[in-house]
Amino acid sequence: MRRVTSPADSTLAAEHEPTHGPVLRVRGVTKSFNGNVVLHDADLDLHPGQVLGLVGENGAGKSTLMKVLAGVHPPTAGTVELDGRPVTFSHPVQAQKAGVSTVFQEFNLLGERTVAENVWLGREPRRRGLVDVAAMVRDTTALLEDLGVQGLDATRRVRSLSVAEQQIVEIAKATSLDARVIQMDEPTAALADHEVALLYSIIRTLTARGVAIVYVSHRLKEIFDLCDVVTVLKDGAQVATEPIGDLDEARLVRLMVGRTLDAFFPDPVPGTAPGEPRLELRGAGNGYVDGVDLTLRAGEIVGVAGLQGSGRTELLEAVFGVTPLTRGEMTLAGRKVRPRTPRQAVRAGLALITEDRKATGLALNQSILDNTLGVVRAVFPRRTGAARRDVGGLLSTLAVSARALSQEVRLLSGGNQQKVVLARWLATDPTVVLMDEPTRGVDVGAKYSIYEVMRRLAADGKAVLMVSSELPEVIGMSDRILVMRDGRLAGELPPSSSEEDVLALAAGVHSREAGTGAAS
Amino acid sequence: MKRSRVTSTVIVYGVLLVTVVVAAIITASRGRNFFSTGNLDNILTATTILGLIAIGQTLVILVGSLDLSVPYVVSLASVVGGGIMAGQAGGIVPALLVTLLVCGAIGAVNGAIVAGLHVHGFIATLGTGLVLSGYLGSTYQGSSGLAAYQWRLLDATRIGPVPMAFLLMLGCAALAVLVLRRTRLGHHLYAVGGNKEVARMSGLRTAVPVMVAHTTCSMLSGLAGLVLLARLGVGQPTVGSQGGYDLMSIAAVVLGGTLLAGGKGNIAGTLAGVAIFAVLDNAMGVMELNPFLKDVVRGVVIVVAVAVYARRELDRRPARFDRPGAGQASPHPPPGAAKPTGPTGPAGTTDKTLEASR
Repeated sequence: MRRVTSPADSTLAAEHEPTHGPVLRVRGVTKSFNGNVVLHDADLDLHPGQVLGLVGENGAGKSTLMKVLAGVHPPTAGTVELDGRPVTFSHPVQAQKAGVSTVFQEFNLLGERTVAENVWLGREPRRRGLVDVAAMVRDTTALLEDLGVQGLDATRRVRSLSVAEQQIVEIAKATSLDARVIQMDEPTAALADHEVALLYSIIRTLTARGVAIVYVSHRLKEIFDLCDVVTVLKDGAQVATEPIGDLDEARLVRLMVGRTLDAFFPDPVPGTAPGEPRLELRGAGNGYVDGVDLTLRAGEIVGVAGLQGSGRTELLEAVFGVTPLTRGEMTLAGRKVRPRTPRQAVRAGLALITEDRKATGLALNQSILDNTLGVVRAVFPRRTGAARRDVGGLLSTLAVSARALSQEVRLLSGGNQQKVVLARWLATDPTVVLMDEPTRGVDVGAKYSIYEVMRRLAADGKAVLMVSSELPEVIGMSDRILVMRDGRLAGELPPSSSEEDVLALAAGVHSREAGTGAAS
Repeated sequence: MKRSRVTSTVIVYGVLLVTVVVAAIITASRGRNFFSTGNLDNILTATTILGLIAIGQTLVILVGSLDLSVPYVVSLASVVGGGIMAGQAGGIVPALLVTLLVCGAIGAVNGAIVAGLHVHGFIATLGTGLVLSGYLGSTYQGSSGLAAYQWRLLDATRIGPVPMAFLLMLGCAALAVLVLRRTRLGHHLYAVGGNKEVARMSGLRTAVPVMVAHTTCSMLSGLAGLVLLARLGVGQPTVGSQGGYDLMSIAAVVLGGTLLAGGKGNIAGTLAGVAIFAVLDNAMGVMELNPFLKDVVRGVVIVVAVAVYARRELDRRPARFDRPGAGQASPHPPPGAAKPTGPTGPAGTTDKTLEASR
């Protein structure tokens, strides 16, 4: 494992940095959407060959800053200079041509085309007017070899590649554009350990050539392994920019979170106490999660925390039969079950509030009434009449504000839409409620009422399993906190835990095994 | 490491081979020779028209659109071409030029509606097709126009068992293959059909391939209409819709392994798809099958083929855990894990190449 303290850490990099200053200079960059400031007054200096770590919680403004530099969002205020010249990007292609390439989490690749075709898309080399396929493949192979990647055939279709290989294709594309700054957004979120090692070595190859890297990651270990300088963002503001040598993990985590938790979460309804086990998993697993043991009791709200890609959503999907469990045991209210489809899961008494209500939660162009009754009608048609009579009461307990039951759901605010999703599932009278990011994209008032609903569910003897990427929410609402890492439960924490504790466990900071740093 | 190299094109040609063998056996059982010059001639003639149209349809589908107006363009070309030609050899060149220009203009309109107004090709060409159909119905009663004798030779002349018109179709196919594989335009056609947003983010002008595909498709349909004019001697305002070329061409393209959503596929597969239909029809003709039963067979073939492709296309996120306990993602089991999960040594995989790890 390598820890570097000076910005220009290798002699090679120094060669590429003869006299002049930073390759990228950002001053006072501010971005607001509809008057809502999401990034305020960011300053960065990035020197050739440097790796800049960009860290912060969800919503801290990392992605926004990255997208401003990538040309996706023009900044509301502030300046960006490349090699001392002010630049404004209004399209990602402009940024790429100027030398700033970005590897987003969602790759910009065509699955049905080959590696070479993807790298050269829009710039296909030609000879006598025709695309020179041989040259394209040759150049791509050379690019990949330059990055120290072996065995990645430039004629393979991208769809057949692993996530890590697709990422390498994106990086190769960036180097083919002579990128001097490459931004990487959570590049390791979906990688296995040995793939992370390869990424490390690629990054070192790039920096040795004088390429500057902006590295966004939640994984502190990687920040310390790779970065020369770290910029911490919090709530859209730049909290600190310090050389890595001046930081340690504890201090970095403190800088990232360190927010006073206002009294934002409702207290449990008096008399709520854990009762009978409702959901039990023993050694449960499938392709995405493994060895999961958990017990969820009536009246409990259990939070599941973990980094992106840690398997949080996959755990809920496994329980709910979306990607069924293939091993281990699952018990629901004392009965052994293993749902193979969501329908079976619903019949067994489960409900899943999915993380993306627009894609999987609601039929947006149907009415509130139809959405609320959607699941009941489909799975318990005989209960539809009773459910129909209860809709009014259900929606008013959830404080849905709408003009009429016939109003189309797409016209509602995010918060009201989310309440309709809740109503849709509560109408089935489930025993176990699985919630994935229950308050994503809803306003503060709606958040509070969703929290109240969760408390009331617990008081009614339901069991709630909540996945959330917002640590304050996990800590504020959970009776116990389960932390996932790499598809497994990494441990359990009490509700009195700090955000630092949760983040440390999720990021694997305290594990001391020979891990991903053993690349070179 | 082994990777399956069985592409859908290979499957289609396999199916074509099987179809040919079955057809030959059926034909032989009726005391006839499937490979006789006459029969091969029949099959090649049958593939010519649908082949021309399906080549164009392949381009349109690859770019993520559809063209339902082809039958009316075919009809229009046959009457317009016949009208200008009026039986005179001197009229051939102007007839070809004007007809292809008119058809190209129709295609350009289709493309402009799809790319500029963001109307899906299905609706856009349904609309223009209806407009053309109305124009044809109101302007032409019965056959109209006359092919020149020299133009009729296009369909009548043969090199061995191979009709000239078939060679024309093959030439168009070869040109389309060249464009798709070896020009930027072709590459961008795949890109726009595969993922418009990715294409846009890569700096492509996404309207261009759409326009070109639609224009080419209409011109090829026009050419098909002119070949029909050569075959029939007269222009007919209903020749296209009688052929059912809209749905048959889409079916041939999809049977040929091209993704209906676009972005994946090729001309070779489409030609095989067209050939499969021609051979099937031929064999069913020999068996003197009820024409409605023929449609049943065609329908089954299309659905089965696409179902087979769909199975092959099924893909999910790569699994993190292949087998119980084979924890490749994490060499360190969590504290208190119920069962040991695979080798727990240090991550000694760092020296492996990507390929070796797959």
